[in-house]
Amino acid sequence: MKGLKTRLLAAAALGAAVLAPAAAQAARNWVLPSTTTLSGANAWVTVDAASSDELYFPDLRPLRIESIQVLDSDGQPVQPQSPAMGKFRSTFDVQLTKPGTYKIASVSISVMASYTENGEVKRFRGSGEDFAKQVPAGAADLKAIRTLARSETFVTRDKPTDGALKPTGQGLELVPVTHPSDVVAAEPATFKLLLDGKPAADLEVTLMRGYEHWSGKPSAELKVKTGPDGAFKVTLPGRPVVDQRQLPHRRDRPRRPAAAARRDGGDARHGCSGRRWRRSPSPGPGPAAGRRRLQRQLHRRDRSPAALDLKQLVIPAAAKRRAGTQGRPRYAGPWVRGRLRRPG
Amino acid sequence: MKRSISFLTFAAAGAATAAPAMAADLNVAFDIPKLSVAEYHAPFVAVWIENPADSTAAGTLSVWFKPNHEKWLKDMRLWWRKAGREMTIPADGVTGATHAPGPQKLTFSAAKGPLKDLKPGQYTLVVEAAREAGGHEAVRVPFTWGKPGKPATAKGAAELGAVTVSVK
Repeated sequence: MKGLKTRLLAAAALGAAVLAPAAAQAARNWVLPSTTTLSGANAWVTVDAASSDELYFPDLRPLRIESIQVLDSDGQPVQPQSPAMGKFRSTFDVQLTKPGTYKIASVSISVMASYTENGEVKRFRGSGEDFAKQVPAGAADLKAIRTLARSETFVTRDKPTDGALKPTGQGLELVPVTHPSDVVAAEPATFKLLLDGKPAADLEVTLMRGYEHWSGKPSAELKVKTGPDGAFKVTLPGRPVVDQRQLPHRRDRPRRPAAAARRDGGDARHGCSGRRWRRSPSPGPGPAAGRRRLQRQLHRRDRSPAALDLKQLVIPAAAKRRAGTQGRPRYAGPWVRGRLRRPG
Repeated sequence: MKRSISFLTFAAAGAATAAPAMAADLNVAFDIPKLSVAEYHAPFVAVWIENPADSTAAGTLSVWFKPNHEKWLKDMRLWWRKAGREMTIPADGVTGATHAPGPQKLTFSAAKGPLKDLKPGQYTLVVEAAREAGGHEAVRVPFTWGKPGKPATAKGAAELGAVTVSVK
């Protein structure tokens, strides 16, 4: 029952990918809410915040709770509830007491510096406040790099609002032109990048998909450039509703050339490779209809027990067994597979 | 909650007696299938009109939900994005309690609610159901508003049975 299609993970990913400092290419900061669309009073989200190589797969380090900034729909700061910093991720809850759009961000300023003290070269690495405290004011040969990292996500209760979306004018910031809660898969959305409050023109923006850890092959990243006004337009692809590879007896499976299929013992006519050899390609008209119904149900990704009529799962198998007794080669286990292999 | 239910029935009853000045009424019949599942909750249902050109909502006719369970209104996700989140809930004559499985019949008066200002033309009626611990389904039925026409039917698969829409 979750509105997957239009979740703003992409926007959050975008924030993480765009705004992470270029030097820290491998690890990305991310802030991930449990949901982005809420209704009614007593609305809560729980949020994970971490830094990791793969987006939304916490395996490196948590983000500091002190770096978390939550703005309510009026742009007022909100205190995160029940904060906890774990080994790999920080978690906290946010109550959406007001209707509208909240912004949840992790903002950190870090400084790397080197200077000379008593003829010795010293180095400093830490937060902005520590820099002011630890590095002497009149340090000689002072070289400092200040990095502002910002990862943002947006959560909306009831009607979307703009109060929390105003830029601060510090660092690189994403200003939604299309409201984050109105970003829909397969529809164009526009965002704007500001650098210290001014349009960031001609920047390359990378959009990547989260949750790629188990996908085997990561999805291609989208790359776009900002225009002179700092704006870029992007159409986010929708995730395929069901991984077709997991469908039993898929009908639109690409047919393999006969020779290739024969080589590894498969049956090209039924679009079935040797590795997934099937003993009875056609269980008959009746059960096939049930199977097609099951396929349609699976295709809709309706996996509730009611939607997925379990009887239909059983019938084709039983029919196949019946078909096996009616003259078709009967499945006798994988060890006879070699005998059934076609010559050539 | 109670009050808005009676309002809904009043609206339906009123439609029959009040002389329809211009157009006909919109009749919607659909089936909530009985499901043998371990945990059953009556589905939240939204009945609304969609503009076929840009898929925007042209009005919400009826919403069934459980009081104090507004948290799950968003699970009727098409309706929530297009119309629900803009509404004040509960809404008189629109929101009501969930219904038990079985055939459902709704009549919407042309003189009331969103139908009052609906221009004649092609529309799509959407019945969207979301069930706690269950699934989600939206069934779309095209209809022509403005003159009486033949009933049109579309079938749901899991959460909804056949949906029939007629303008009479």
